[in-house]
Amino acid sequence: MKITVNVWRQKNAKTKGTIVKYNVDHVSPDMSFLEMLDVLNQQLIARGEEAIAFDHDCREGICGSCGVVINGYAHGGQQATTTCQLHMRSFKDGDEITVEPWRAKAFPVIKDLVVDRGAFDRIIRAGGFISAGTGSAPDANSTPVAKESADLAFDAAQCIGCGACVAACPNASAMLFTAAKVSHLGLLPQGQPERKTRVLNMVAQMDTEGFGGCTNIGECSAACPKEIGLHFIGRLNRDLLGASLTGGSSVD
Amino acid sequence: MTIETKPQVDSRSSVTYTDARLNANIPAGPIEQKWSKHKFEMKLVNPANRRKYTIIVVGTGLAGGAAAATLGEMGYNVQAFCYQDSARRAHSIAAQGGINAAKNYRNDGDSVYRLFYDTIKGGDFRAREANVYRLAELSVNIIDQCVAQGVPFAREYSGYLDNRSFGGAQVARTFYARGQTGQQLLIGAYQSLSRQVAAGTVKLNERTEMLDVIVIDGRARGIITRDMVTGKIESHVADAVILATGGYSNVFYLSTNAKGCNVTAAWRAHKRGAFFANPCYTQIHPTCIPVSGDHQSKLTLMSESLRNDGRVWVPKQAGDNRAPEQIPEDERDYYLERRYPSYGNLAPRDISSRAAKQVCDEGRGVGPGGLGVYLDFSDAIKRLGENAIRARYGNLFDMYERITGENPYKSPMRIYPAVHYTMGGLWVDYNLMSTIPGLFVGGEANFSDHGANRLGASALMQGLADGYFVLPSTIGNYLATGGYDKVDQSHPAVQEALNEVTQRTQKLLDINGTRSVDSFHRELGNIMWEYCGMSRTKEGLTHALKLIPELREQFWNDVRVLGSGNELNQELEKAGRVADFIELGELMCRDALERAESCGGHFREESQTPDGEALRNDDEYCYVSAWEHMGDPSQAVLHKENLEFENVKLATRSYK
Ligand SMILES: Cc1cc2nc3c(=O)[nH]c(=O)nc-3n(C[C@H](O)[C@H](O)[C@H](O)COP(=O)(O)OP(=O)(O)OC[C@H]3O[C@@H](n4cnc5c(N)ncnc54)[C@H](O)[C@@H]3O)c2cc1C
Ligand code: SF4
Ligand code: FES
Repeated sequence: MKITVNVWRQKNAKTKGTIVKYNVDHVSPDMSFLEMLDVLNQQLIARGEEAIAFDHDCREGICGSCGVVINGYAHGGQQATTTCQLHMRSFKDGDEITVEPWRAKAFPVIKDLVVDRGAFDRIIRAGGFISAGTGSAPDANSTPVAKESADLAFDAAQCIGCGACVAACPNASAMLFTAAKVSHLGLLPQGQPERKTRVLNMVAQMDTEGFGGCTNIGECSAACPKEIGLHFIGRLNRDLLGASLTGGSSVD
Repeated sequence: MTIETKPQVDSRSSVTYTDARLNANIPAGPIEQKWSKHKFEMKLVNPANRRKYTIIVVGTGLAGGAAAATLGEMGYNVQAFCYQDSARRAHSIAAQGGINAAKNYRNDGDSVYRLFYDTIKGGDFRAREANVYRLAELSVNIIDQCVAQGVPFAREYSGYLDNRSFGGAQVARTFYARGQTGQQLLIGAYQSLSRQVAAGTVKLNERTEMLDVIVIDGRARGIITRDMVTGKIESHVADAVILATGGYSNVFYLSTNAKGCNVTAAWRAHKRGAFFANPCYTQIHPTCIPVSGDHQSKLTLMSESLRNDGRVWVPKQAGDNRAPEQIPEDERDYYLERRYPSYGNLAPRDISSRAAKQVCDEGRGVGPGGLGVYLDFSDAIKRLGENAIRARYGNLFDMYERITGENPYKSPMRIYPAVHYTMGGLWVDYNLMSTIPGLFVGGEANFSDHGANRLGASALMQGLADGYFVLPSTIGNYLATGGYDKVDQSHPAVQEALNEVTQRTQKLLDINGTRSVDSFHRELGNIMWEYCGMSRTKEGLTHALKLIPELREQFWNDVRVLGSGNELNQELEKAGRVADFIELGELMCRDALERAESCGGHFREESQTPDGEALRNDDEYCYVSAWEHMGDPSQAVLHKENLEFENVKLATRSYK
């Protein structure tokens, strides 16, 4: 099939970007969206034009590197699917597709479709961990964990840190990402000692990074390729309230 | 450049060396006591002095991430690097199936010794006993550590940890987190790393690619990097350098590895004096989604755990084009169950892959081009119900459907082998130190523990054993032993390495030829898959050794890299990696040619039994091949480390 793509081209963080129109012929329905961009890039190189820069690595939907806004939807709007797992069979011959980078104050564009998501790493550094130094661990089966809690913790832990939730949110809030980490660790017995300071510090960092506030719109969860549920934001809010009341102290 | 390589003759060790530089430094004593004894005998760095030592860790996957976090906790000054935009995205994240550990929580007869034995046998008796024993020993600590960090492993209703079986083992010792074990383990390591970044002991440099090692007075003293956003080429000096930069499967262009996986760090170290061991040992994974067209950019693995419940088959008749549902039971050949009754569908990877190739070569393959076999869940669905299968493999089934557009609950999956893992890598001794003193190598980047074939769920185990437990001990010993001077950026060797990298980068940009980097990479991949893939012959390898140097010549005359070096330039990044892959490809073919036996993933058609099984030749090839760079891959010199088996008897590996 033949496709027209309108791609955001931006030389670097300092220059202004613009949409450029390209035609791609010979698109096979079995191609992934990124493979379609590969084909386009090969065409550009052959004509002596610079290839379109985009982040990607695993191409299996797990590393969280890829992510672009396709026709207004983060990752293209197909349920539970990252950009790299989106296939061209969900488009038809003659379609015109617009491709843009994540748009958020906290994710500045580096080049073309590549953005800087370092803010997410800084949120994790603020407290998204359990302080278990190497060598200090007791036997793994010494603390049974109810299967239900372990499964729920896992659901939250599936977040790939792609940033689609931020891109999809009209407020560019990072609440779903932060809630996923707070819930993952807060649901496990090992995560209890630091539970209160964790949520306080991570939320404070989220604000410092310039992410917007959460007004419960829910676009984040709809766009999330790992289907991280909104109920985790409820958990974060409950933890936050509890922690604020005790000033972060774990002794109530 | 000369490298000081004083032969170190170690009287404690029982191993004999063909080459004195390949002293494996294996501690003396019974295998069960070697590691504890060694830990006691190693020198320590006083906690108060640790911050005075700078350690560079390249790579933030399981091996590098775990090492950097642990060294940071210990108080060293750590500089960590990765090419992705976040440490959490290292390729380890993609591992699906699980991680082995000899916990014996199942009470099914597992033990450290059994895991050790299975790994040695799985590796077709081409790994070092002492290293493998230590790995099995440390496996139990890894699970403890990960649970303490909050890794949400699968649990039973009792609240205790669950296990599953993997290929090449008859016990259930694999711990898993749905189909995303690598992700969860890596996030655990990344969280610990993040904690150290916050504590100020680790400085993390993302989107930074290492392009050379700095060697001063024969020791590794730093690295040269390129900032992938600004293009700035910089030097970093240190007391020791760890490479944990992963495997080189992408030399085949199509593999299950992430697109960015590369050999550059290891290859540059090789060119600076680190021997490259067993480059031809590659693992072809039996269960991957078949190629769908020329646009294919990578291959997707379907976890081996699927073989717990899926049955592999092809039609008995060549050319049978009926839909799978229409082929009656007695016209199907469940060839793994037929040929390997005791392991059946869980036969090890090398064996299963070769068997798939054989049936496809006989014209019995299924799907477009006849390059596929069925992996059928209908029996398991009948027996356990669709929901049970969904709970076990739901995400894998979804992934399959997203990629192929076919529903595996309704019709069998089609699978075909694909390159997946490289057992070869930089040669290291028992301390994980390469032939360049001060240059340590961990994870998939070293050659150490898997011999000629790696068992499923053992790479994650090895990466974390190296990172959390081995490297943090052995590096301390190296630093405490001392014997080298402080150096800084002004040292002539630093400047020389900086200049070399700058010139090479500029050269790639200046060629301004007609062919894209990808076109060269694909061509190299085709050569490697054809002649150095699932089965290899003297004739084919000799031919490849003619083609690859020609390709290299063309690359350096005709590659087209647009844009500049002072900005994010993904074509430039790829060009540097492909240039290194071309050189590595040549060395792999030389290694495969030299090893005229079949062992593990390395199958030489000239060396097989009458029924088509691999035929090992212990009299002539029971050694590790370690190649020394001599200016060009065609000139590389082979050194041999003889392997001696004191605990396990060399036996024909049989899974019948
Ligand atoms: C699809 C798939 C599934 C798998 N499933 C399993 C499984 O179930 N069980 C199992 O045991 N094993 C599995 N494996 C194998 C296992 O995942 C890998 O062998 C292992 O994770 C490698 O870890 P590592 O730390 O050595 O390297 P990696 O995780 O590959 O990390 C390499 C690091 O080095 C960095 N790097 C590389 N080159 C440079 C450079 N030049 N400059 C700077 N940084 C650099 C990267 O940024 C990255 O941080 C699987 C592999 C694949 C491909
Ligand atoms: S919560 Fe979902 S959308 Fe947001 S970063 Fe995590 S995986 Fe991506
Ligand atoms: S490239 Fe890894 S999630 Fe898309």
